[in-house]
Amino acid sequence: MRWQYEGVDLQARNNVRFAGAENGPTIMLAHGFGCDQNLWRLVEARLASSFRLVLFDHVGCGASDPAAWDPERYEALQGYADDILGIVRELDLRDVTYVGHSVAAMMGVLAVATDPSRFARLVLLTPSPCYIDSGDYRGGFSRADIDELLDSLESNYLGWSRAMAPVIMGAPDQPELSDELTDSFCRTDPACARVFARTTFLSDNRGDLARVSVPTLVIECAHDTLAPREVGAYVQRRIDGSELVTLDAIGHCPQLSVPDITAEAIAAFAGAT
Amino acid sequence: MTPEPDCAAPAEALSAEDLYENAPCGYIVAGLDRSIISVNATLLAWLGHERNTLIDKPFTDLLAVGSRIHYETHFAPLLQLHGELTGIAVDLLTAEGARLPAFLTANIKSDVNGRPVLLRIAIHGAGDRRSYERELLDERQRVERERARVQVFARTLQRSLLPPLLSPPEGLDASAYYHPASADDVGGDFYDLFPLTHDKWAFFIGDVSGKGAGAAAVTSLTRYTLRAAAVFDADPVAVLQNLHVVLSQEFRDTVNQFATVIFGIVTPHDGEFGIELASAGHLPPLVLGADGGARYVDTIGGQPVGIPMEPKFAAARIRLTPGDTVVLYTDGLTEARISDGTERYDYSGALLEFAAAHAPTSASGIVAAIQSLLDGFGSGVEDDVAVLALGVPVKMRPDPPRSPSEV
Repeated sequence: MRWQYEGVDLQARNNVRFAGAENGPTIMLAHGFGCDQNLWRLVEARLASSFRLVLFDHVGCGASDPAAWDPERYEALQGYADDILGIVRELDLRDVTYVGHSVAAMMGVLAVATDPSRFARLVLLTPSPCYIDSGDYRGGFSRADIDELLDSLESNYLGWSRAMAPVIMGAPDQPELSDELTDSFCRTDPACARVFARTTFLSDNRGDLARVSVPTLVIECAHDTLAPREVGAYVQRRIDGSELVTLDAIGHCPQLSVPDITAEAIAAFAGAT
Repeated sequence: MTPEPDCAAPAEALSAEDLYENAPCGYIVAGLDRSIISVNATLLAWLGHERNTLIDKPFTDLLAVGSRIHYETHFAPLLQLHGELTGIAVDLLTAEGARLPAFLTANIKSDVNGRPVLLRIAIHGAGDRRSYERELLDERQRVERERARVQVFARTLQRSLLPPLLSPPEGLDASAYYHPASADDVGGDFYDLFPLTHDKWAFFIGDVSGKGAGAAAVTSLTRYTLRAAAVFDADPVAVLQNLHVVLSQEFRDTVNQFATVIFGIVTPHDGEFGIELASAGHLPPLVLGADGGARYVDTIGGQPVGIPMEPKFAAARIRLTPGDTVVLYTDGLTEARISDGTERYDYSGALLEFAAAHAPTSASGIVAAIQSLLDGFGSGVEDDVAVLALGVPVKMRPDPPRSPSEV
């Protein structure tokens, strides 16, 4: 049985949406920097028959409540992690398998470290605890690189809202995008995007990995310049008992490029008892 | 159809190869795994690369690192879901490591079954455009910073013209509210309430003509003059006359500058309060009685200070007993635009009706009511509004003695 829930309050703040099997094990899907919950569409379609899915947009992204934006709260990843804990408590979710993509992986680490009681498992999809090189650690980027990214965000500032005007191309082999989705997909207020980019790429959560106390699966892509393989191995090493799966995929968004094997890896781990 | 001989181009000029290789834009064909299958001569020339060094390489290697992160987090998902990218701004890396600002457009080629097979990517050099946009953006950010600075400046200046707290005599409640019409500017409205001697308190409210730094300077002068004049001679008419002398000096080289002011002295008498006041052309105070009635204090005939003649001031006396409240205000309230903007709030006596509907009340009660009235007007409030209310609270009846069983 499929069911949808019209969210209010906290749920409206984060545009929370339920999908999938009402009585299935709960999987919470958290998007990373760049887009919104629609990034999970292909994986959602593959998990919906067996799992109850909770999707949401971080404040400042997608269809979250613009009034909830607070540049000071969201200049630290803990602000996003506290939102996640708020949703989980508000909806009284238990035994949650939290799946966090990209920077949302570290939000999950912080949420579980803050209050592990609600979480059964953690899936870190293309995670990086620190993007910037420091000492022996190779995050892959320098501070100057991140400044260049902020510049790139600025350069696309003018065209950003215009570029997002609904242009529905027949995206072959993929479920149709509704007008509404196309309209909001990846559309982020540039001011929010700038803060989120800084929070994402300048945070260092290496010290938080050891605070994870629930079974954890790290999923990395074989060719991902944002989260290279040595970073995936680093995360796996720092979380006791965690597993590492490497997908034969290019880029940073395997839930779009290889949705089948991404969904399989999540399902195998989340369904495990 | 044969083309006109004059317009005919030589066959070699129309070759697909030439159109591709020497197109006025860079062109890349890549596999879905991003590996470059083909790149045209224009782009090779721009980047200073040999063709064979690029074939099979991921085209994302040509992006400067900031653009590459942006591509991975935004553009790749967009391309995947929409099947195309239009006019995104990126920096490409030349063979020598220099940045080539460009606009990138891409779409996906699909096979007969609709499955994606190739990426087509067009690149337009955009150095001048991008640096122009950069300048526009820098300029906009500068303007935003300036605006934020001006707002802080205006807010700080405005705050310096208002008392940090009101100091009423014991048994009299006082409340005030200042509604700035604009975050970027300083208005000329002001008020104060302060002890003068051991048994007298003084208050004033007023409005200096004009806005901005000039009005703020005159407001500041007015406040200090009123405070000093009250110490010198507390008679309200005398205080206003002294203010007129000072402001006339200040305004001597200007035209059409003036200030409207009400100045008053409060004297407590056994839980009641006598108020002696004088008005220099200011809007009349409202008294909201304990009996539920509302009336204006008669201050007709008062003229503004600073005008190029000897102004007349209107004096009045009122007495506040428990449950009475007097409200002073400025014309930003009465002149607020209402309905479709063609009417002003108090052109038909709305303020008196509003006051009567709220009487009896307290100082904080009527100030809060006016604050929400102003909020309701929204952008109809075109000028700053100051409100000052003084009220005598109704004495609580002493509790009846409790019977021993309740103790």
